[in-house]
Amino acid sequence: MAGLSFDLIALQLFAGLALGAIYVLFAIGLSLIFGMLTVVNFAHGAFYMVGAYVGLYLISIGGNFWICLVAVPIAVGLFGIAVERVLIRPLYGRGIDYPLLLTFGLSYVMVECVRIAFGKTGYPFDTPEVLQGAVDIGVGYFPLYRLFVIGATAVVLLALWLFLEKTSFGLIIRAGARDPQIVRVLGVDVSKVWLIVFGIGTAIAGFAGLLAAPLQGVIPEMGGTILAEAFVVTVVGGMGSIGGAVLAGLLVGVVVSMTSLFAPEMAKVSIFALMAVVLIVRPQGFFGRAGLMS
Amino acid sequence: MTETTHSIKQPGTATGSWYKFATRHRASIAAAVILVFPLVMPFTALAVNILIYGLYALGFNLVFGYLGLLSFGHAALFGTGAYLCGIAIVHFGWPWYAAIAAGVAGGLLMALLIGVLAIRTRGIYFAMVTMALSQCVYYLFYQAVDLTGGENGLRGINVRTIDLFGLRIDFINPMTRYYVIAAFVIAAFFVMSRILASPFGAVIEAVRENEGRARASGYDVTLTRLLTFVLSGGFCGLAGALQALHLSIVPIEILHYETSGLVVMIALLGGMGTFFGPMIGAAVFLVLENVVSVWTVHWQLIVGAIFIACVLFFPAGIWGTLITRGRR
Repeated sequence: MAGLSFDLIALQLFAGLALGAIYVLFAIGLSLIFGMLTVVNFAHGAFYMVGAYVGLYLISIGGNFWICLVAVPIAVGLFGIAVERVLIRPLYGRGIDYPLLLTFGLSYVMVECVRIAFGKTGYPFDTPEVLQGAVDIGVGYFPLYRLFVIGATAVVLLALWLFLEKTSFGLIIRAGARDPQIVRVLGVDVSKVWLIVFGIGTAIAGFAGLLAAPLQGVIPEMGGTILAEAFVVTVVGGMGSIGGAVLAGLLVGVVVSMTSLFAPEMAKVSIFALMAVVLIVRPQGFFGRAGLMS
Repeated sequence: MTETTHSIKQPGTATGSWYKFATRHRASIAAAVILVFPLVMPFTALAVNILIYGLYALGFNLVFGYLGLLSFGHAALFGTGAYLCGIAIVHFGWPWYAAIAAGVAGGLLMALLIGVLAIRTRGIYFAMVTMALSQCVYYLFYQAVDLTGGENGLRGINVRTIDLFGLRIDFINPMTRYYVIAAFVIAAFFVMSRILASPFGAVIEAVRENEGRARASGYDVTLTRLLTFVLSGGFCGLAGALQALHLSIVPIEILHYETSGLVVMIALLGGMGTFFGPMIGAAVFLVLENVVSVWTVHWQLIVGAIFIACVLFFPAGIWGTLITRGRR
């Protein structure tokens, strides 16, 4: 292990957290939507990709990254709301597989539409100037942008937590996740709540896509890979659990980043090995309710 | 028994006599159609593709339609079958029949590995876990460059002639190639029909319809699920092996999750849980792909739109809708 200093490992740990932050944002939207609507959104990766492309477009017409940070989630969220209203709502009560199949078909349509609009090849996405370079974080120099990704994720998480725990609308959402029937009896329009939750989930996906864009560039297929990896996150963390998604997302990020340090060729496979272990030892995931999975 | 093997849930309805006849002789009918098919279908290469994807969908449908579990990882079974068949020929110089056997064994084994993990979950998780595990298989094959050729795919699966008891069959000729592959597909249809008509086939559907009741009746639900998944892997492995022989190359994309999605689309389009649905779905899907590709490169857009329309308005699929109408 010559040359592998403590500092290097610590730096790699931070890189893992930045990667994990993207997973967290992605998985949280997935988990939120599933927890409320019992819809597994197979188009979540496509919303993520659309987020990156909306950012790309806004910058190309003269916007800057900071405008994107606000505009992208709003645009993608509104699009998500339209999708829920028009396509997913007719499927409630028709079996859990149908929304999944529909969103899968939708992801094809979205990816192809982006290909038509922006071409098949990818684009680089410049890191905003203020966030270029690296800062000393005690154990060595760390790219400033990745630090920003971790910070932005923390802000989103905090906002989401405050929204869910401290507002009356958040209360309705939490109650609706537990028992939509009772909430409906109490006079709440649950379908409106579902609409908004789907909007929030997809808005966060778009935001995640925008944050990921400077790290990995923008291509129409960028959503597909992260979708499979986010499934690992949700299985490990426990489906429908926000806390589980956060912990598992960061864990998966760190596992990827650590294996790419020690055994780069195993980096992609390692997270699936992690999932296999969790499935054997604790099938419901870290924070999943027992029985929900089986 | 023939009644219970169909999943259109209309217990007690009077059924037409043509329907009973078709159900009893379903494998023979499939065989007859397959044998006549290339005579009415001008493009033999397309016909071979329909056979192979129809077989792939047939295996998938055992899990999706009959067992009621949505798997998004069947590309791993199909792809493993193709790779093992190809590896047996390219690296070990096995004869074609042994290579096909290797492909089937590969499909069975991969299904066992994935099944053991994924069966621990249910419903919606099953789709997610199978998709994640098949993605894992994709990376493993991608990185085993020495065996699989990695990104370039496995090349050089050249089977020019097929020796059968002293008889040399030209595998290059598209027509004879069709009938060689058709022989395997027809055999698979008979095996599938037998499985579904057996008591085990009834248990598979019992597990789908009511898990608790099946368990209370003394059936091991978990084991039934695992066995069905493994059997499905055998069919998909065979389809993959035939695909490898047909293309003489195994592209890495065969393991991509879009290959898993493709079979979901084909099965849903044709009619899930029906015997002929997968083959009809494959035929309609692939013919449509060929036609549409002539005038636009954006086939994926059309596919996605058709799929969305299917889910929204047409969930029983082509064959499923037809037999529901026919039974009235």
